[in-house]
Amino acid sequence: MAILGAINPMLTVGLDGNNAWRLEDYLGRGGYSALKRILAEKMTPDQVIAEVKKSVLRGRGGAGFPTGLKWSFMPRSFAGDKYVVCNSDEGEPGTFKDRDILLFNPHSVIEGMIIAGYAMGAARGYNYIHGEVWEVYTRFEEALAEARAAGLLGKNILASGVDFELFAHHGYGAYICGEETALLESIEGKKGQPRYKPPFPASVGLYGKPTTINNTETFAAIPFIMNLGGEAYLEAGKPNNGGTKLFSISGHVNRPGNYEIPLGTPFSTLLEMAGGMRGGRKLKGCIPGGSSSPVVPGEIMMGCTMDYDSISKAGSMLGSGAVIVMDETTCMVKALERLSFFYYEESCGQCTPCREGTNWLYKIVHRIENGQGRPEDLDLLGRVTTNIMGRTICALGDAASMPVQSFVKHFRDEFAYHIEHKKCLVPPDVQRAGSGFFKATV
Amino acid sequence: MLDIEIDGKQVQVEAGSTIMDAAQLVGAYIPHFCYHKKLSIAASCRMCLVHVEKAPKPMPACATPVTAGMKVFTHSELAVTAQKGVMEFLLINHPLDCPICDQGGECQLQDLAVGYGGSASRYEEAKRVVFHKEIGPLVSMQEMARCIHCTRCVRFGQEIAGVMELGMANRNMHSEIQTFVGRTVDSELSGNMIDLCPVGALTSKPFRYSARSWELSRRKSVSPHDSIGSNLTVQIKNNRVMRVLPREDEDINECWLSDKDRFSYEALNSTERLQKPMIRVDGALREVDWNVALDYVSHALKDVAATHGGEAIAALASPHSTLEELYLLQKLTRGLGSGNVDFRPRRRDFSTDGKLAGTPWLGLKLSEIKNLDSALIIGSFLRKDHPLFAQRLRQLAKKSGKVSLISVTSDDSLIKLHSSITVAPAELAVALGGVVKAVAQLKSVPVPLGLESLEPCAASKLIAEALLAGEKNAIFLGNVAEQCAQAAQLHSLAAELASLTGASFGFIGEAANSVGGYVAQALPTALNAYEMFVQPRKAYILLGVEPELDCQNPQHAVAALKQAALVVMLSPFKNDAALDYADVLLPVAPFSETSGSYVNSEGRLQSFSGVCRPLGDTRPAWKVLRVLGNVLAIPGFDYESSEQIRDEIVLPGSRFVGGLDNAIRSDVSVLDAASDGLQRIADVPIYFADPLVRRGLALQLTRDAAVPSARMCAAMLAQLGITDGAHVRVRQGEGEAQLTARVDETVPLNCVRVAAAHASTAGLGDMFGMIHVERA
Repeated sequence: MAILGAINPMLTVGLDGNNAWRLEDYLGRGGYSALKRILAEKMTPDQVIAEVKKSVLRGRGGAGFPTGLKWSFMPRSFAGDKYVVCNSDEGEPGTFKDRDILLFNPHSVIEGMIIAGYAMGAARGYNYIHGEVWEVYTRFEEALAEARAAGLLGKNILASGVDFELFAHHGYGAYICGEETALLESIEGKKGQPRYKPPFPASVGLYGKPTTINNTETFAAIPFIMNLGGEAYLEAGKPNNGGTKLFSISGHVNRPGNYEIPLGTPFSTLLEMAGGMRGGRKLKGCIPGGSSSPVVPGEIMMGCTMDYDSISKAGSMLGSGAVIVMDETTCMVKALERLSFFYYEESCGQCTPCREGTNWLYKIVHRIENGQGRPEDLDLLGRVTTNIMGRTICALGDAASMPVQSFVKHFRDEFAYHIEHKKCLVPPDVQRAGSGFFKATV
Repeated sequence: MLDIEIDGKQVQVEAGSTIMDAAQLVGAYIPHFCYHKKLSIAASCRMCLVHVEKAPKPMPACATPVTAGMKVFTHSELAVTAQKGVMEFLLINHPLDCPICDQGGECQLQDLAVGYGGSASRYEEAKRVVFHKEIGPLVSMQEMARCIHCTRCVRFGQEIAGVMELGMANRNMHSEIQTFVGRTVDSELSGNMIDLCPVGALTSKPFRYSARSWELSRRKSVSPHDSIGSNLTVQIKNNRVMRVLPREDEDINECWLSDKDRFSYEALNSTERLQKPMIRVDGALREVDWNVALDYVSHALKDVAATHGGEAIAALASPHSTLEELYLLQKLTRGLGSGNVDFRPRRRDFSTDGKLAGTPWLGLKLSEIKNLDSALIIGSFLRKDHPLFAQRLRQLAKKSGKVSLISVTSDDSLIKLHSSITVAPAELAVALGGVVKAVAQLKSVPVPLGLESLEPCAASKLIAEALLAGEKNAIFLGNVAEQCAQAAQLHSLAAELASLTGASFGFIGEAANSVGGYVAQALPTALNAYEMFVQPRKAYILLGVEPELDCQNPQHAVAALKQAALVVMLSPFKNDAALDYADVLLPVAPFSETSGSYVNSEGRLQSFSGVCRPLGDTRPAWKVLRVLGNVLAIPGFDYESSEQIRDEIVLPGSRFVGGLDNAIRSDVSVLDAASDGLQRIADVPIYFADPLVRRGLALQLTRDAAVPSARMCAAMLAQLGITDGAHVRVRQGEGEAQLTARVDETVPLNCVRVAAAHASTAGLGDMFGMIHVERA
């Protein structure tokens, strides 16, 4: 079980990591009670959306867009099919929370999607699951079968006259398919390439129909919001940052894994829950919200609380809640080289700045890391990133640029040292020791 | 309408337009690569980024809808910085070797790099290498490293050609335009991808590295092939046609060209070109001077007329001949005392002759097709017979127009069909009659005489409903409907259907001058194109036809020509068959070397000048006919120019010919019962349709130019005890052909598809006649 700790948990309450994912376990934890109550009390879709709005639930996939507002964009009067799509294409380096939600608490996602479908008048949903975590896909299919057998999915749910059918759809591991319009293309059987917006999915989405796409964790939170009430959920976090959130901690900590904490919990508390820094070393930098978010130097990070506003003030983004912790043994050039390679490799190749720019960025950082850097390279990196940012079809161009800009901004000396001395500021054996597998000689 | 401001200029644009549309209205140029007015919006090259007031980042002009009060700056610092940034990205992996690139001098990237590119690159790493691809004889993908991934070619295939033959594989900078593994690009419109490609990635295989764009002079012309009359820009170097490109006309070919129109120019420089007059002397053809040849022809024709009467002479012209040539030919023939003149060699049923109210035509303007609610096409191999006409229907079907097809095979038209019926040729009239009856029943009006016993099928009812539901409907009769033995029946049934539904109806027309021939009165008053061979004449004048390939029944034609005392052939080419029967070969100019006019299927009169000097001793056919008229002392042959001839035929200055009318003075006839036995379905393969394309070297290497086979459905093959791939002997009358049998489920039962117009089937008879197939 990779959910290693929690403070006032909701999503992870009562999970023992073994068989607690089954329908009976979920029912035992009070599962599907929100759905049953909505259907029994004949709550109107507007009431459901109002409750979600009150909770100030913000999208857990990375952008942090208020979920209730997104739901209210769906055209009410639209006569044809509408769709609810769950984005479980979790491909961002550092992020591994949706995987655990689907593995250990899949019914919370199913219940959340049924409620969402009811609130937006959609009778059909898809859960697009990252292709590299096959066991998650098969687990979700099992959960779907359980829900269908129990009359919770399909036609006339619980004899209420409400229909909702939900399908799992697995991708093949392309990062870009986590971009919501590329995801829709992929479900439609096309090559996963983002669409130009406008039109936005709420008006022209899956198969050209109005569609709302939310992250797995967002849907999983819905039943809790409906049970607790929007205000109580909001209070579980802090103002404008409602509820609890799963954080995936990786890197130089003693107990990497998923932790559920209320939004607004200090970073230091989270770090403590994760067993503190490995080997008691100093925090050098931290990527607080998945690889696309700008890196934050250690001392600033230690003063942050884990919520959208605080991290944003520190110059980064809470993103998907993937906290990558790097200690002083880390070579920041090497770290950036690896990140840049990822974005270069995962660019879909559709639009010019991203296709050409991500590759160029990687080549420059690779050059610096390998002792071939030139003094003008740091400025060049800056210019290339400004030429990419804001000029691409989707956010991948920005995602590739922000790490580069922040690494160079906060660790410029280290890059300059690399270029001047053609080697790392952090000696290689110290770096190896930091990995935890080797002993340092100095 | 919305008021917006672009670069300080106020403009009113329709709601829903993009900034790019608005910029075009005010004449502001926004650089772009992936945007094309005829294709969907990709917004992927990002070259058209512009500055929009209050927008935090630059917006792509091609994809950003205008909003009221929007202020756009196409050349502000923000816009130009963004555009230059994109240009730098486009160039980092693009080879900067314009001097050795075939596209150099006509490259959009090269042009825009002058304005937006840096003088030196900041990119010093190795450039991307992209492996070349082999996709067929027309389009070269030899230099794919030049590709800038605009995906115009991909979208062209999906949206215009109707088939996605190219796609972008892989991702990131390793994205590559390619076909599905190992496939070729076989679309009949593929050449347009070359025009669309903004760089030197897709180039014309026949043209590559044969000239630089600035060495070519550009001259206007009109396509001599199909009945659309596509407008051409012909490019010449050293009096030789080097390349043919589309000349844009929204009402005719839009900005497209079919591969047939584009690549057939290779035939103009063919080694088979006839360059000197030839006369048969002692059994062999000898080259002679023009005056000798003309003297010989006039004496011989006079002799035949004197000894056997004028009716012993017959003249047959190709419908690809110009209006002027057709007019002079009929005038000459009638001057010799003969009414045996025709320009419809592939026609079988002439019973409408003399009953037509006017000149048969399309029934509407080509530009009106896009506004139709429904269209019904009868008897056509749409894509191959009329590539650009089919393209218009494809766009119509995409836009919600209902397109239905009644034909003799279920070839994929790549059009989203509302309904389709596939029947044997002899049953076409029954199928169309079914639709007429279904319409009558739906409207509760009396069923026309002769159709009482028909039972409309579900598909005919669907067609009938579509024709009745829409406001603007059209019925088109294709080549098969004109060539088959029931042409007159189909004509009157279509007329009946049109009057019942209020639809327009007309003929798509087989060739560049299928309407013009009627205007020129190149029509028989005695024997028609079929009869003149069934009842052999003493002398034949052939203008631009190769009877063994161009006639409904080549067997009759060749037999008649062989027995004739005199065969005068006016042709740009010498071919082996003609060497057998021709007594005189007169080298006449193809369309590129003569002035003349074509009347396209919508009745549009298009005159053109020659684009280069005639090859060798070749002379324009109108001049040859004029001199022949003089030598034969026939009055009224004193023309000084082709324009003078034209002005005698049509009202000077007219853009459309008059007298267009498809009405027919006859009743819906009683339908024939279906006949027993095996029927032939003869398509005219797109690249064998006329003497010019038959000699297009690159076109002859395409899949469409494959040797014909005998194609039947599996049930038919089984019934005949033949296996797929077996060698078979097909017989019609005296003649036969050795072919390979192929399973083809698009062919209806009791039919075998054996193409016409190919040397291997030239021994056969009627295109849609009865046929025997047996194991060889």
